[in-house]
This record gives sequence, C-alpha cells and structure tokens, in this order.
Amino acid sequence: MQYVLALIGEEGGWDDVTPEQLREGMKVWEDFEREAKEAGAYIVGEALQPSATATTVKVGEGSDRMVTDGPFAETKEQLGGFYLLECAGLDEALEWAKKVPLTPGGSIEVRPVMDYRQFAE
Amino acid sequence: MEDVDRLFRRESGRAVASLVRILGDLDLAEEAVQEAFMVALERWPEGGTPDNPGAWITRVARNRAIDRLRRERTLAEKRDVVAGLQAIGAPPDEAEDAESIPDDRLALMFTCCHPALAPEARVALTLRSLAGLTPVEIGRAFLVSESAMARRLSRAKAKIRDARIPYEVPDPDRRRERLPSVLATLYLIFNEGYSATSSDSLMRRELCAEAIRLARILREVMPRESEGDGLLALMLLHHSRRATRVDAAGAMVLLADQERSRWDRAAIEEGLDLVREALAAPPGPYAVQAAIAAEHARAPTAGATDWPRIRRLYDWLAWLDPSPVVMLNRAVAIAMAEGAERGLAAVEEVEGLDSYLHFHSARADLLERVGRGHEAARAYERALELATNAVERSFLTGRCERLRTTKPRGVPRQRAT
Repeated sequence: MQYVLALIGEEGGWDDVTPEQLREGMKVWEDFEREAKEAGAYIVGEALQPSATATTVKVGEGSDRMVTDGPFAETKEQLGGFYLLECAGLDEALEWAKKVPLTPGGSIEVRPVMDYRQFAE
Repeated sequence: MEDVDRLFRRESGRAVASLVRILGDLDLAEEAVQEAFMVALERWPEGGTPDNPGAWITRVARNRAIDRLRRERTLAEKRDVVAGLQAIGAPPDEAEDAESIPDDRLALMFTCCHPALAPEARVALTLRSLAGLTPVEIGRAFLVSESAMARRLSRAKAKIRDARIPYEVPDPDRRRERLPSVLATLYLIFNEGYSATSSDSLMRRELCAEAIRLARILREVMPRESEGDGLLALMLLHHSRRATRVDAAGAMVLLADQERSRWDRAAIEEGLDLVREALAAPPGPYAVQAAIAAEHARAPTAGATDWPRIRRLYDWLAWLDPSPVVMLNRAVAIAMAEGAERGLAAVEEVEGLDSYLHFHSARADLLERVGRGHEAARAYERALELATNAVERSFLTGRCERLRTTKPRGVPRQRAT
C-alpha cells in the first residue's frame, strides 16, 4: 500500500547558510532517501519552494474559480515537501516517518493513498 | 441463557483475534463469531460448556467463515483466505483439537491500542473486540449514547482498515515503544470504573473487573513484562478496597478510615505476589505505583503505614514520571512522613494543578493542620467548585462546615484513594 508523508514545518532557516552548511544539511536527506530506495520503499519525493511562491485556486459554483496569492492556510507551519512510499502497512510507514530528518518542531503527516481496488469487490 | 451469553462473550476475544488476522476485517470477524454464538445457544445448555470455550468458539466461528467464503468464492483471493482460515488449528472436519489453536489476542490488543487511534477509540475497541462487550454496554459504561458509541467504533475500524494498521505483535524493539499505549488503555478502563459511584450503571462499575480480566489475558499471552505485572498488581490492590470506599449511606470513606478487615484478602495476596515479581526487574511507573499501593495493603492499621518508605517510593516514581499529579502525591507522602509543614512546602511547589480537585483538597487539609484555617476554608471551597460527583461534594461540604465550627485537628488526613 502507498503512503504519502507530508512534511510540515516552519519555513526559512536556509537563507544565510554557507555552502558547507548547505551540503551538510542536504546529506541527511540524501541518506534518508538512499535508505528508502535500498529498502524498495521509495517511489517519489520532492521538496517544495517556500509558501511565498504558492498560489491557491478556490473552486466555486459552476465554472467560478478564484485565484488568490498565497498558500491554502496562512499558518506559521507550511507544507515543505512530500514523499510517496510503498509500505506493507501503517507501522512501516510510521517507521519511515520517524526517520525523516526534519528539524525539531516539524511534523510529518502520514496518509494512505486511496486504493480503488476496494471498490472492485 | 444469561450464563451462556456472558461466558460466550467473555471468551470470544480469542476467536475475534484469530479470525481478524486472516480476514483482515474486524466486522467480518465479529459476524462469524456472532454466528458461532447462535450455535453455542443451541448446544451449550444441553451438551455442557466446552472445556476450552475460547478455542471452541474459534473453531466454530472459523468454520462458519469458511462456509460463507466458499459460497461467495468467485475470486482466487478468497481461496487464500480460506486456506488461511483452515490453518487456524485443525481442518474444519477433523476432531476438536483445542490446544492446536493459536492465541492471537496479543496481536489484536496491539492493534486496538495503536497510537494512531484516539485514546477513547482504543478503549472502546478493546472492550468490544477483546472483552466482548456490546456497543450498548460500552456506551452505558462511558456515559455515551449507543449510536455515538457505534459511530466511534466504526470510525476506528475504518481507520484500521483504510490506513492498514497491521494485526500483528510488534517486534521486540517496537514492543517496548508500543506497550505503554496498551497498558494505558487498560488503566483508563479501570479508572473509569473506579470513579463510578453507586448511582452509575452496573456496567460502569464493572469496568474495573473488565480491566483486570484484560490485564490477566495480557499477562497470559505476553512474555514476562514487569510493567504488565505492575499494572495488574496496581489494579488488584486498588480493587481490593472496593467494599470499603463508600459507607452504607453512600458517603466517601478516606483510606485511613476504611475498615481494613473488609478489604479483599485474595486480591491483596495476588497483588503482593505480583509486586514482588515486578520489582525483580528495574521497575517502571506502574510497578512503583503498585509498590506504593502494596504498602497500604500491608499495613494492619492506618497508623502502622510505613510512610517514610512510601515517600521513598514516590521519590522514585517522581524520577520516572515527574508529572504534577505524582509531585502532589509525593508532597502528601512527605506530610505523612515528616510533618504537615514540610508537606505543605512541597505542595506549594507543585505547578499546573489549579483545576485539579485533589490539589486543593490536599492543600486545604495541610493548611488546616498547620493552623491556617482561613486559607484552608478557601482551598476547600475551590475544591468544591471542581467536584463533579455528589459523593465528593458532600465530603467537601462537610469539611468546610467543620472548619467553621471546630478547632484544627491534630490527625493528618490522606486523600481517599
């Protein structure tokens, strides 16, 4: 079964780092992804640009669509990236989530991907 | 017929646990077990109760599930499930062989108490699946309507199914991390029952016995684990005092005033044995709390209580779990061991309990003892504002009134536990 790990945390912190610090900071992510790939769990994962770059489309009645600047919710913590992983069950997905190298204070929301085969029965 | 009903449901946890491991769906497992109940209703009254009811129910429920799947067998997938069901103990047409049927209740306990479920859902699922209580009974016990309880149960089952919370015992490394959630669920069930008053439903009052029964099952199916022993001991030692906690008029009786000859000796002996076992390994918070309860159980009179030892046990507990409630209880033990002045000083250091009744009543008692009657009265009034049941309220009202009419006493009091 597939699970999305939504990585949520405070933004910023990368603005005035040296290239060495950046490399060091990236290494833990590379290690995590390598481990997930070697275990055969990794499907895809991406980091997102800051929420300042976000645009939200609100769906109204009929063809009414409203486009607004900014993320869905203006909160201090924002979605910063995601992974899509193949896991045997929730416990396995939670094991990966606990290994995601987010900085303290961050959260990882784990959600199973809809499995349409359940409707085939 | 009442007896068949009761016995069946108490023993049905094994069958639900075994079937759900193969079927992967709690509702299907419960349906099959319900069909087995109809068979039991027919056979048990005449033929007698089987020697191992849990294994009997598992076998019959499994056969029913196989029959049903065969009727509906259209997909190859179903064949795998039938094979899995047949692997539970002996094949369906062979003779009864109760011993060969494995006990999957530990796995189901870990599933029902998974941290991905809300605590109240863990409680409800555990009582439904492992204790065999109906949604009506669970609702009554938790003062929730039947429909609200049914919704809570079906939401929890849907999350287990859709997010795929596994039906398995976590490996030893993870078990350490997950066990506290199982133990906390059982203790939550116990405490609901413990706080019940005589005006509450019988079901609510029986929660203590259910929690103890579940803790026994846990002990039976789980390799030795000192916190499991500790929790069972703690519950038995508290439960041993059930006959003396309120008087004939329904008023609360403090630990010091309880009639010790009416405490349940068998429960105490069992509890003391378990405490001894639990303390053989480095103890966790339940084992230390059980050791504290054991000190009370051992003392022939309230005056003979070894308070310095209880104080040391609280120091230990505070080190394991420095929560405000533990710090408050430790302060009370200090008062008993070293005097009201020192106890009061320790109470004043406890933070974050302004909306906790026992904080104010313990503080009031100590203030009264050191001769600060006015402040004591104010603290009792604050406690009274927080009291939720009639028994507590009448106790605190009595204290307030006595403070207005008499001089401070010399005898220290402990909160009723």
